[in-house]
Amino acid sequence: MKVGVIAYQGSFEEHAIQLKRAMSKLNLTGEVIAVKKPKDVDLIDGVIIPGGESTTIGIIAEKLGVLDEIKAKINSGLPVLGTCAGAIMLAKDVSDAKVGKKSQPLIGTMDIQVVRNYYGRQRESFETDLDFHVIGGGKARVVFIRAPIIKRTWNDATALISFENGIVMAEQKNMLATTFHPELSESTIIHEYFLSKIKK
Amino acid sequence: MRLYDLSFYEIEKFFYKLAELKDIINDTGLLSISPSIPQTLPAKGTVMAKHAFPIFQKGGVIMDVTNVTQAEIAENAGAVAVMVLDKLPYDVRKSGGVARMADPKIIEEVMSSITIPVMAKVRIGHYYEAKVLEALGVDMIDESEVLTPADEEHHINKWEFEVPFVNGARNLGEALRRIYEGASMIRTKGEAGTGNVSEAVKHMKIMNYEISTLISLPEEDRLKKAREYQVPYQLVELVVKLKRLPIVNFAAGGIATPADAALMMWLGSDGIFVGSGIFKSQDPDQRAKAVVLAAANWEDPEIVLEAQKMISENKSMMGIDIKTLKPEELLQVRGV
Repeated sequence: MKVGVIAYQGSFEEHAIQLKRAMSKLNLTGEVIAVKKPKDVDLIDGVIIPGGESTTIGIIAEKLGVLDEIKAKINSGLPVLGTCAGAIMLAKDVSDAKVGKKSQPLIGTMDIQVVRNYYGRQRESFETDLDFHVIGGGKARVVFIRAPIIKRTWNDATALISFENGIVMAEQKNMLATTFHPELSESTIIHEYFLSKIKK
Repeated sequence: MRLYDLSFYEIEKFFYKLAELKDIINDTGLLSISPSIPQTLPAKGTVMAKHAFPIFQKGGVIMDVTNVTQAEIAENAGAVAVMVLDKLPYDVRKSGGVARMADPKIIEEVMSSITIPVMAKVRIGHYYEAKVLEALGVDMIDESEVLTPADEEHHINKWEFEVPFVNGARNLGEALRRIYEGASMIRTKGEAGTGNVSEAVKHMKIMNYEISTLISLPEEDRLKKAREYQVPYQLVELVVKLKRLPIVNFAAGGIATPADAALMMWLGSDGIFVGSGIFKSQDPDQRAKAVVLAAANWEDPEIVLEAQKMISENKSMMGIDIKTLKPEELLQVRGV
């Protein structure tokens, strides 16, 4: 299997390492591919949109024609995992906690409402333990960096994991979104779960 | 995509050990200020939260700005963060006098008008400019040689802060000393405000050379290196295992064109700081977009070419040849 990671900016190297760890845990043979051009999108069986700055990733992906390509593929069933900035890119409804609505290029395929910088600035970034039994894991420590929150889901999008007063992981058919960073965690449970979606 | 053998979590376990080492030194009364390690969950300002932040800046461009208008241009161009200054490095050079942190009112205005992270600079060793910026809530502090140093001997003990710090370095020893003091990100010093990338290139090459030398040394010589660099041996070992700096390393100082940015990425930088290069040019909007495109796609000369075509060389900042600067005019020598 070939898993792509959008590799302009952000935690794409960390996602690649975590994918390799998850693959070896599941005894899968696979390749990780850096996605930068439209032709890269044709090669892959699944794609990860990493953490980073959603405006930056969106602007470059749009400029190089990758945004529309990915959007079409996701709509036709390509498994996708969006973490933090990636979750923002997948959402149909995005606003910023302080600045409000701003226009930015997005993929917008998932029926979730996301609020950017929900907890505040970097000072309010935090780490905590979450329980991943819903997807077959145990407790794991994860980190939230200037994280967004998923305020609500509609249609067949569902909340998988909640924390305090918001959703931090949601799923809709082939799409997964987390507002924390599984790529920086000791646990590979999220990546294992994502790989199981590709296998299906 | 460059890949390393260690995951973020494995690197992080090491940094918690470093932080504990600081605690032990503190208990013996050698340090007067105690770092605050949060005990309850969710935990804010932890080593992990501080080291994670710069990872999300990788591959991106951080732009120096002096007001809201420039900050908005930077955000619309796709900058991953802005650095708020009172004066751009080029103007710091021209105006002389003591260069200090930016006006908090301007930083606040910028913070409330854009959604990307906002950074600001403090003078080397100036704990209270840093405390003020932490209270203000900036996302990252740059303890910068571009401002006039407040302490000629010491840098800030950055473990004490909940906000992450970036520090300049010209070689591996300087970088490791800053990491040992608690920096979450390193940048080359280059020679700011010159529009001349040669010093940034020099510093990145020295760093690469020193890392590859370290890897090839036998263990007893690595111990000697640790003493020479004045850092714990474990930090030297981590560099050897990773074959790179254990934290994010950006290029800074004199980057003025998309090709400059791509050159620094090719040399192994994780991202780019652009100072005077954008807002001292005559085409800042286009240039900001072009530098962002080139930094993210440095592996592809065709895209860098496209980026280079977006700007016009006769609109680049004039630049200063470093050989024409007097030794006392160099900014990079401040703080070692």
